[in-house]
Amino acid sequence: MGAFPLTRLLDRSSAVFMILLAAFAVVIPTLNLLAPASSGLHVSTYLVALFGKYICYAMLALSIDLIWGYAGILSLGHGAFFALGGYAMGMYLMRQIGTRGVYANPILPDFMVFLNWQELPVYWYGFNHFAYAALMIFLAPGLLAFVFGWFAFRSRVTGVYLSIITQAMTYALMLGFFRNNFGFGGNNGLTDFKDILGFNVQAETTRNALLVVSCVALAICFLICRAVVTSKFGKVLVAIRDAETRTRFLGYRVEAYKLFVFTLSACMAGVAGALYVPQVGIINPSEFAPGNSIEAVIWVAVGGRGTLTGAVLGAFVVNYAKTFFTTGWLAPYWLFVLGGLFIAVTLLLPRGIVGTYEWWRARRAERQVVPIAAQAPHAAE
Amino acid sequence: MHGYRDRALALVVAIGLLFFGAAANAGPYEDALAGLTTDSFSDTANAINALTATGDPRTGPVLDALKNQRLLFSAGTKRVFIKDKSDALTDAATGQPVAPPPADAGNVRLNNRLRGMLDAALGSLTLVAKEPGRRFDAAQAVFKSRDAGALTNINKALEKETDARVRKALTEARAAIILTSAEASPDDRIAAIAVIRDRGDQDALGLIDGLPADLPQAVRQAAVSASTKIQGNLAFWSALQNAWYGLSLGSVLLLAAIGLAITFGVMGVINMAHGEMVMLGAYTTFVVQEYIRSYNPALFDYSLVIAVPLAFAVAGAVGVAIERGIIRFLYGRPLETLLATWGLSLILQQLVRTVFGPTNKEVGNPSWMSGAFELGGLTITYNRLWIICFALAVFVALLAMLRLTRLGLEMRAVTQNRSMAAAMGIRTARIDALTFGLGSGIAGIAGVALSQIDNVSPNLGQGYIIDSFMVVVFGGVGNLWGTLVGAFTLGIANKFLEPYAGAVLGKIAILVLIILFIQKRPRGMFALKGRAVEA
Amino acid sequence: MQLKTTSAMLYLDGISVSFDGFKALNELSFVIEPGEMRAIIGPNGAGKTTMMDVITGKTRPDNGEVYFGQGTYDLSKLDETEIAELGIGRKFQKPTVFDMHTVEDNLLLALKNDRSVRAALFWEDSSAQQTRINQILDVIRLGSARARVAGSLSHGQKQWLEIGMLLAQEPRLLLVDEPVAGMTDAETMQTAELLKEINRDKTVIVVEHDMAFVRELGVKVTCLHEGSVLAEGSIDQVSADERVVEVYLGR
Repeated sequence: MGAFPLTRLLDRSSAVFMILLAAFAVVIPTLNLLAPASSGLHVSTYLVALFGKYICYAMLALSIDLIWGYAGILSLGHGAFFALGGYAMGMYLMRQIGTRGVYANPILPDFMVFLNWQELPVYWYGFNHFAYAALMIFLAPGLLAFVFGWFAFRSRVTGVYLSIITQAMTYALMLGFFRNNFGFGGNNGLTDFKDILGFNVQAETTRNALLVVSCVALAICFLICRAVVTSKFGKVLVAIRDAETRTRFLGYRVEAYKLFVFTLSACMAGVAGALYVPQVGIINPSEFAPGNSIEAVIWVAVGGRGTLTGAVLGAFVVNYAKTFFTTGWLAPYWLFVLGGLFIAVTLLLPRGIVGTYEWWRARRAERQVVPIAAQAPHAAE
Repeated sequence: MHGYRDRALALVVAIGLLFFGAAANAGPYEDALAGLTTDSFSDTANAINALTATGDPRTGPVLDALKNQRLLFSAGTKRVFIKDKSDALTDAATGQPVAPPPADAGNVRLNNRLRGMLDAALGSLTLVAKEPGRRFDAAQAVFKSRDAGALTNINKALEKETDARVRKALTEARAAIILTSAEASPDDRIAAIAVIRDRGDQDALGLIDGLPADLPQAVRQAAVSASTKIQGNLAFWSALQNAWYGLSLGSVLLLAAIGLAITFGVMGVINMAHGEMVMLGAYTTFVVQEYIRSYNPALFDYSLVIAVPLAFAVAGAVGVAIERGIIRFLYGRPLETLLATWGLSLILQQLVRTVFGPTNKEVGNPSWMSGAFELGGLTITYNRLWIICFALAVFVALLAMLRLTRLGLEMRAVTQNRSMAAAMGIRTARIDALTFGLGSGIAGIAGVALSQIDNVSPNLGQGYIIDSFMVVVFGGVGNLWGTLVGAFTLGIANKFLEPYAGAVLGKIAILVLIILFIQKRPRGMFALKGRAVEA
Repeated sequence: MQLKTTSAMLYLDGISVSFDGFKALNELSFVIEPGEMRAIIGPNGAGKTTMMDVITGKTRPDNGEVYFGQGTYDLSKLDETEIAELGIGRKFQKPTVFDMHTVEDNLLLALKNDRSVRAALFWEDSSAQQTRINQILDVIRLGSARARVAGSLSHGQKQWLEIGMLLAQEPRLLLVDEPVAGMTDAETMQTAELLKEINRDKTVIVVEHDMAFVRELGVKVTCLHEGSVLAEGSIDQVSADERVVEVYLGR
């Protein structure tokens, strides 16, 4: 058979997830474009954009679960990879504006004209081509992750130390991107996008298309994650997570495994960020804020780390709660809720929603099996 | 009858002499004053010079009044008046009050040139004032103005001057005048350059660099070499100033990070709410000061002394509560503890924001922390000096506590080998709670110090948490000296990079350097070694 | 290419290791020939585990020489992974199987094969691998437990699984640290049998406190004390040695 037999990739919960995702990707656009506005079934364009955002967050959560749930690497700076992918896409979209900007400069984005820059900086070259931008969406976060991971894992920085320096990494990037002379729009970031690949960014059809594309991307990321964690590589990862020294003694190059999965995770986060930007219409340096990365981790914790589907669920649940709270009179209480969520999940629900469910199911299954202990090889032959 | 004619003549002569005498008593001072009554700029200029030359003590008030536009004259009666604060007039010559004021009394007018002359004249008057401080200031004024007219006065003052500091200032002033006067000989000017170079500050540099281009060759060379020397001197002092700022920043980092280092060392826990403990301490200070302002303003200078133990208690109590309520249940799971304490920090920030509002709060410096003094080319502010001393005192106190008290011994035991310590009867749960309380309490004290140099807002803690982490990561754990060295190294490195790269890039550079440093020493500079620490 | 002229499988000479002032190993010299099985005994703190740490690359010796494979490899220059790849397998004092994996997966991970990332990603099951796993399961008598999560095994079973994992690595030299600690007498005897069977084509070093077990092994014994060798010889010779009796065996 082929390298990735489908039976291995799709266990019961994964199959259910894929079906739900497919249904989602079909139903929502249909209800938006085909159901008349007055009917109760109509899904507003605002909701389409919101769901698109959630899907991108789900991808980010997936990337975090891959390294945290399976390799035990708690990155508190994954928002940096998300943001880098976002900026790459943002730069492409800025170049697309062309003469439709406020200053009507065909080459230079508005903020550069405003800063009196005469020409495009070198690192902006090529972003007018989508193919190049697409490449950078992978390359920028991937390269950063590779270099960072190379240094960190090679010197066996683990646990809390590693988490702290990932924080430092995203913090440093945030400071940098806030500066105007970095050339990425300073604290205003990149915005006022007009179109993507020739389609008007704000048009209903484009928004639906972006939602569908995001769902497809999420599905692909999910399958890749499944492929990784169900292979022998995945078994090694789990061994590294729970008994790193032992794994090393077995002869596995732990650093190489960590580096690979860390870089893969960063690329996924980058793609998530890239799809996020045209749907929310802006990318600015606050995406690099350490708090954002930590918040993404709690999505995974709530949903259930080490389950993949849990990460997606957690992303939806927490972000829905956030939208619910912050768009009403309850707004000042959101931070209390979020903070409380951190504490409650770690103290009371460490396995998360999906994790607890699966654990409960396994317990039930175990009780029904005849204990093998009765057949223990104690009797000397 | 010769007798009568003689006596009449004598009387006439006497009366004449008397008038002459009176007229002669209308001596140089009065003559000079007369120049002010013609409403002519050039006459006024001459009058100013003449008045100064008299050396008459009445000159000072007159020139002063003129400068402040309180000098009036009456062209008709040829008299000059000084108007005082209550608008009453005094005759400048006689000192007698004049009421009612003459109808034609008008201000003696000034233009810019006159103002300059006036300043120089006033300056040269103060050159011989009674207080050395005023003489010093007068000399400095002449140095800056370089008014050639003041040269004679300077020389006169130099002959009589006894105070060493004032002598130096006078010599420099004279050198400034000589250097900028084209008539002076090149040798004189070179000698003047030497004096100014020895002064060596920013003003000296400005003077030398501001010389016109057409100078004699030798003078030009002397000027260039002096300029280079002064720049070197200034750079040296600037570096020292940066080092000072670095020490100051380092002491702040030390205060903020040492609590974190202790909790991490003993419990292996990174408390993401540590910054909020600092913030609570700062707000405690604010509340204390508010109370004092409302009820007993006289106590303001003691506000910090009251705030310190209070902040320790508040933050410490919160710390113990956190440990007992949350951390205790996450024992052995440091990553989860990190997340839970982050959630806590969000709650604490929002709580403070709700209670006190999101804007910065006013926290003042007590008088003994205000002001600054000069040390060579350094400006040392008292608040930073006190904070450095305070930080070191806290460090020494902690060191003593760890080494000399039983609690400290138990804390060290738990840091090195928890299970062994428990096996020896040390109640590790109690130690955990106390350690966390101690670490948080110190953070609270740090908040008191920080309130003196930084804004007090709910976000105060966030600004220091990353830096505190860096200090702990860099300095290693389990050893207070590591925190000390780490904090000061990072502080000084930060401040040295700042002038070249700017504050933001400097910070980025430091973060990158630490990440690279971790390569060599993954557990920090002063890490504990051995099997027990592998956890 | 030989770095050192010796026929020994493992050659240690003058090895010293200090931890913060405490001398764990003190000029230790130790040699074991290919195909030999040696038992190492000694009181706590004698340096038995530290010696294993040095051999497997977990700890660098402060001075001294350590060579493997008839003097071919200088172990002080390699790290744990490289040394494991050379064919030195270690079984720890506490059973350190992968609790979260099944017995079968534990053996799969331990099997001697390509350890690279690529190989792990594109790994496919093969009958050769299955056969090998079955063979080992037979030797360690855990065939019926193959699908059980290792964390649910008994202490003795975990010890055997770990020995099985060691075998799966097809090492040339096995370092076995206190294999029968916590086992019943019956299990202890079975473990002795197991090790003798393994010794048929592998070199084995066993660290143990259980004298009955060591006697059952019937091999040369080395006694360590305070970081260096105190006595060496047959179990009878060593247990009769005055110094050994004083520091370890007792009267």
